[in-house]
Parts: sequence; structure tokens; C-alpha cells
Amino acid sequence: MRRRNHDKLQRPQQLELEDRRRRRGGRRKREMEMQVERVVEEAREAFESGGTRSYFWRRSQLRALKDLILESEIAICDALMLDLGKHRVEAFRDEVGLLAKSVDHALENLKKWMKPEKVRVPLVSFPSTGEVVPEPLGVILIIASWNFPIGLSLEPLIGAISAGNSVVLKPSELALASSKFLATSLPKYLDNKAVKVIEGGPLIGQQLLDQKWDKIFFTGSTRVGRIVMSAAAKHLTPVCLELGGKCPAIVDSLQGSRDIKVAINRIAGAKWGFCSGQACIAIDYLLVEEKYAPFLVDLLKEKIKKCYMRPGHLTRIVNKKQFERLREILEDPLVAATVVHGGSLDQENMFIEPTILMNPPLDSEVMTEEIFGPLLPIITLKKIADSIEFLKRRPKPLAIYAFTKDGKLKKRIVEETSSGSVTFNDAVVQFVVESLPFGGTGPSGFGKYHGKFSFAEFSHGKAVLKRSFLIEISLRYPPWSEDKLQFIRYFYTLNYIGMLLVLLGLHRYTST
Amino acid sequence: MFRSFAFRPAERWCRSRSASSLFFPSWNFPIGLSLEPLVGAVAAGNAVVLKPSELAPASSNFLATNIPKYLEKTVRVVEGGPHMGEQLLEHKWDKIFFTGSSRVGRIIMAAAAKHLTPVSLELGGKCPAIIDTLTSEGDIRVTINRVAAAKWGLCSGQACIAIDYLLVEETFAPLLIDFLKAKIKKTYLEPETLARIAHKQHFQRLSNFLKDPAVAVSVVHGGSFNAENMSFEPTILLNPPLDSEIMTEEIFGPMLPIITLKKIEDSIEFLKARPKPLAIYAFTTNEKLKRKIIEETSSGGICFNDAVVQFALDGLPFGGTGESGFGKYHGKFSFDEFSHGKAILRRNFLIEVSVRYPPWNERKLQFIRHVYNFNYFGILRMLLGFKR
Repeated sequence: MRRRNHDKLQRPQQLELEDRRRRRGGRRKREMEMQVERVVEEAREAFESGGTRSYFWRRSQLRALKDLILESEIAICDALMLDLGKHRVEAFRDEVGLLAKSVDHALENLKKWMKPEKVRVPLVSFPSTGEVVPEPLGVILIIASWNFPIGLSLEPLIGAISAGNSVVLKPSELALASSKFLATSLPKYLDNKAVKVIEGGPLIGQQLLDQKWDKIFFTGSTRVGRIVMSAAAKHLTPVCLELGGKCPAIVDSLQGSRDIKVAINRIAGAKWGFCSGQACIAIDYLLVEEKYAPFLVDLLKEKIKKCYMRPGHLTRIVNKKQFERLREILEDPLVAATVVHGGSLDQENMFIEPTILMNPPLDSEVMTEEIFGPLLPIITLKKIADSIEFLKRRPKPLAIYAFTKDGKLKKRIVEETSSGSVTFNDAVVQFVVESLPFGGTGPSGFGKYHGKFSFAEFSHGKAVLKRSFLIEISLRYPPWSEDKLQFIRYFYTLNYIGMLLVLLGLHRYTST
Repeated sequence: MFRSFAFRPAERWCRSRSASSLFFPSWNFPIGLSLEPLVGAVAAGNAVVLKPSELAPASSNFLATNIPKYLEKTVRVVEGGPHMGEQLLEHKWDKIFFTGSSRVGRIIMAAAAKHLTPVSLELGGKCPAIIDTLTSEGDIRVTINRVAAAKWGLCSGQACIAIDYLLVEETFAPLLIDFLKAKIKKTYLEPETLARIAHKQHFQRLSNFLKDPAVAVSVVHGGSFNAENMSFEPTILLNPPLDSEIMTEEIFGPMLPIITLKKIEDSIEFLKARPKPLAIYAFTTNEKLKRKIIEETSSGGICFNDAVVQFALDGLPFGGTGESGFGKYHGKFSFDEFSHGKAILRRNFLIEVSVRYPPWNERKLQFIRHVYNFNYFGILRMLLGFKR
């Protein structure tokens, strides 16, 4: 009896406790919402005030960003070491140095990019002038990924600022030190009314997506890309999605020993020397002729032993979740059986040995999902040209790499496959070339950036047509007649003589 | 020069086709809005499925019968209504090109998100025409011609780029109204001249605008309509309430509200407080005002001293911004819209610099610094140093 009474007493107290927890959680959520709304409102006010449109503002912000990058090189490298165990040189190569170069490029070209582009108008519309005037979109939301947390935040930021927008940046919560660095440093250097940083996880992300933006720039997975685009649809917000995919490297049977050595350097560099393969443009897997494969594997093993076994020189796996995902891939018995090198896991240090697999099953996870790690499957083919059909049957990747000197094969790859980009005889370096657009197609995303493409991505090219009252041809207006129809026919075929004849023969139709 | 030298040999980018595109044209220019984007998609090498608007059945039927006679199997026409539209949206496309209302635009984009399909949305908006106080009678007459035609001469105002309403200085408004009335009487009363209202639902919507008493009282010309033959008289309204539906929704019909302002420059703030339209028109010879309009307002496009004609110029991109949509077409912009610009980088094995790779050291860091700064002397010195 006492027990039942005790239970009866417990339940209301329990309920009250749960209710209090819920209300506290609800209050926190509401506070977060209000914080997000406030930040977005401030960014919008900053844009509406017109301050971000001027050349001087944009230049001052880019210069400030350059100062931030140069003055904070050590701090950025420290943050990347904490988040990913990235070596200072890799951090400089892939994020710091690259960003400084991008900002310089933007500063050099900003005036040119901002200039309206004159457009030819046909004589028949004389007198008139046409031009395309680039104007900022408004308030941009940038959601960055964790693997290059500084680079993938600031590279699009350079473009958005160059185009005269205000920006809200949400760095990845999976790279905490980098996120903190951005949240503390950006306000010190940049106009903190127009450039905002909001830290947080999926909940903040969702709240940000509920707001109205003029553009959303997202780098990350396909799964989250869908969520971003669905949310954007509610406000008809255009999006730029930089997603991933399985970037293959077609490796032809190269003859020269030097060529082979260079190819091995570049392949290994684009897998294990590049965030340990945790990159959207890292080489995911190789396609090789079966008779060439053993030779290639031997060279890769040698390269790994020589350059990719030193602790401290390789980025670690970012977190437990990713580590477990890769472990599960390797623990599939059918996949494990194909390991020809490596395969060992060090959970304490979050390190996975550079691993080579020979022909894992094509329907296994390692061959259907983006690996995003230091596992390198090698798929053998009867002849290298079969790689084209192999790729055509699969989703379009962000990049296709091909190591070959065969001009015909190169042509076929360019013409018959589809991908964000194609690089011959190297890998990853296309990211560094500002004159090339960077972006995906199909499941690897859409939209492009880098260099002037960034500027265009965050601008609206407004068509401006200036006409005059000087020449008025009433044949354009109703009431309609056969003669007017004939005139319009001549007009559209730019038949000036025809038009003149109609005008002369029907002078009673000129304006009154 | 030095920057571009660093990444020789060849870098270039080439076009690769977008593959299969789905088109949803609107009913008001049912042939034009089907075939204009088709020109771009076919030029870019894509296959196309076109679903014409079921609200223009004769045009839909025309396209369904004739396209197969002239074009290859890579262009298909599928007729049907919203249900057919939904079924088409369940499939995976490489691009969806939609012309129509914001409401349906949202549905299309949400459906496209499931397959991460890029979309191009050509939506509408309220396209204003700012009419400055013109002093030359010739200029006024030309303005009246063009304003009237861009409303009543263009599918009876049922067009995304038709003039929706006017912004005029209050002192100029009476003169403008008189001229417009005269123009309507002269040119826009013949039944054959005016396109009829396309369908019953739309007719209902338009007549509902005038049912609002606060709006009805602002009618200064016209206002009558005939439900039997679905015709609406060209109508002018003077200062209907700004919060009435006729001033908050896209009219898409032959009603022309005129909003008066103290001075014409106030039109800029008026527009900034409202959603971005597909086009802003301004009839003025004041260069300062033109400059301000370009720099301080935002719209798909701007046309000075004329209206609608920007649609005819292939050299100009056509498309909206903000609520009026995104993506652009016409001319080469159509080709671009349906293409993916694939970056191609051709490298060779000739020059290999091992500083790119781990294991890392200070010298490699220094070398990479020189590369990013395009410091060729620094690079050379280090290479020689390495050789030694």
C-alpha cells in the first residue's frame, strides 16, 4: 500500500521534472532562435543600408581578410592541428597559403569584375544601349564543411564579399577549434555588422535554414545538401551545393619509368597526403588494366612506406563516427579479403593505416559510397578504355583524374564522361587554379566558384536597356493589320530594307 | 602575366551537356515559353521533356502533334495537368526549367531537392513603371504608346513582364490619366485588339480585385467586365490602398493602378520596401534618376523609356532575382543555362616538384610559400639549393 502511494507521489514529481526540463529545453531553443533572427536581421540591415555595395567597402574587407590570414597563420595551423591533426605545412599548403592567394586575386580583379559589361544591341533598336550590371544578391548564408574548415569557410566568403553581399557564416561544429577561431577573429578584422559568424550544430543549422536568404552556399554531404535545398525552396532561395562523390583516377599503363614515378607521387599525394583522403576531390579509387595492377600496387606500397607512415605528417580521422564508418567498411569480410596492404586501425590516435584493396566487390559500401578516408580500392579492367563505360554507369563525380599520354583516350574521357572537372596527369591541383570554375554536376552538386566564378555566383547580372524617345514606330502597336504583321516579320529577320519599304510605303502609320 | 604563367600547360574549360531537362512553360505565351528554352536546351545538346500548360489546350495539342514531326525522339511532349506534373517531378532530371507562379515554383523546387536537380525559376512579380514628369509632348506621347502597349497590348496584361502599376508624381498624374484614357479609347477598346482573360479561375481572381470597395472607389476609368466572353475593360485606378490585394499581388490583367508620390525620387524607397520584380521600367530623361534606379533598386532587369522590349534582345540575359526567380536565358544565356562548364586541366609529367608531398619540413613550407606568391626567383633559388 505504502509503495503504491509512494509511486503515486513520484509520478507528479517526475512529470513536473520532465516538464521543467522540456520548458528549459524549449526556452533554450527559443533563445537560440532569437539569437539567429537577430543576427540575420543585423546582416540584412547592413546590406539594406547600402554600405556593402561600394568598391571601397569590398576592398577594405578583402584587405582585412588578407591581414587576418597572414597575421593568424600560426593560430590557424594550431586550430587545424587540434581539429584534424593537420601538419603545419599541409595546413599552409591547403588552407592558409591558398586563401591568401585567393584574396590577392580578388583584390587585383575586383574593379574589373564590378564593371558593367556592355552588350551589343541590334541596329533595329537604335538608339539604345544595353549592359549587364552585376549587383549583389543580398544576405548570403555559408555553411562550411569540417575537412578544410578554414578554407571552405573563407574561400566562398571572399566571393560573397567581392560581390558586395553581407554574409552569415556557420562553420562546421565538427571542427571546433577552427569554428572558434573564425568566431573570435572575423569580428576583429571585418565589418561585424555585415559579416557574421554563428557557431553551432545541426539545431542552429536548421534554425538558420528557416530564415530567408538571398543565397545559400553549402559544402558537405549529399544527404545534408537535400535538406538545405528543401529548406531553401520555401523561400525560393537559390543555392550552390558543393557536394562530393567518388572521384576516380584512371591510370593507364605508362611506359617511362619517370612518368610512372611522377604518377605514383601524385596519386599517393592526392589520397594519403590530402587530409588522409577526407576530401571531396581526393582520389577515391583507381581504374587500372589488370596486367598493370600488380606493378602499380608494388610502387604504391613502396611510396606509402617511404612517405606515408610517419605519425604527425598525416591528418587523422576527424572523429569517432567517421572512424567507425571506415572501420565497418573494412570489417565487411568480402572487403577485408581484398586488402593487399595496410588495413590496421589505431582507435586511440584515430589513425587508419594507408590501405590498398584489390577489386573489392563493386556492390560493397567501399565501392558505392564516397570513401572519404585513406582506403584506396583498385579496380582492374581488361583494357583501360573500359573505364569510360564503367564511369558512365555511375553517378557523376566532382572530378575525374586520368594518368595517360594517350591523346585518344583523353579525348574520349572529355567527350564521353561527365564530371565537375577533369584533370590529366595530376590530381587535386585544379582546386588551386583560379581561372578554372570549381563545382560539381549531377549528384556532385551545382553552382561554381573560385576566382571570377565566385564573384558571379554571388551576383545577379542585371540586364539594363536604355532606350530613347527619338524614334517611334507605331507599327509595333495595335490595332493590327497585315502591313504591321509584315513589318514585324522584317523586324525579326533584321531585314532593314523591308522595314524601310513598309515605312516609306505606309507613311500614314508614323507616330502622331 | 606571372600569375598565369605558373600553371602552364593548358588549362581550359569546355561545355558538356546537361543531359535531360524537364520544362514547365506557362499558359500566357504557351508556344513561346515552351520553345524559347527548348532552343537553348537543344543547342546545348540535351534531351527534353516538355509539359505544356493544360490551361492552353489548343497550344498544348499543337506542340504534342507537331514537335514529333520535326524533332528527334530526344524532345518529347507530355500533355496533362497538375497530376501529370507531379508524376513527372517524381523522376530524376538533370535540370528543371519552370515558368509560372511563385506558389508552384516552391513546389517544383522542393520536388527537385529530393534528387538534387538544379532548377531555373522564371517567376513573376509586380513590374512597376516609374513615369517622370516629362515636359516634351512628343516624349509624353511616345511614353503613353509604350506604357499602354506594355499593359493592354501584351496579352491584356497577363504577362510576367507587363507593366503592373505606375509610379507618378501627384502633379503629373491627372495629365497622364487623360492621355491614357484617350489612348485606350483610340486603340484598346476593339475586342479583337485585346487578348481575353485566359480562364475562368483567373477571371474570377481579377474580378475579385475590384470587389474590394476601397479598390472599386479608386477606379477612374473602365472597371467593367463580361463573364460570358471573359473580357475586361482596360481599367485605370488612382491610388488604391497599398495593402489591398491589387497592390500586394501580381495583377496579371488589364488593370493599371497609378500610385502618386510627392516627388519621383521617392519611387526608389517605395520599390526597395517591396519584393524584387522581374523588371523595373522608368520613363525619364533625368540621368541622375536613372543612375539611382540602377544602383539602389534590384530587379531582374531594367528598361528605360520603353517596356517589355528587353525580352526581344538576345544579347541581354532574361531572368529574375529574389522573389522573381533565378536562372537566366535567351541567346547564349540559354545555352549556358542548360550546360555544365566542365573544367579541364592538362598537366604533364615533365616537371615534378617533390616539395608538394610529405614528409614535411621547413624548406618545403618555404617553397610552397614562394609558389603561392609567384616568387619565381625564390623558387629557382630553392630548386638550385635542393639540387646542391
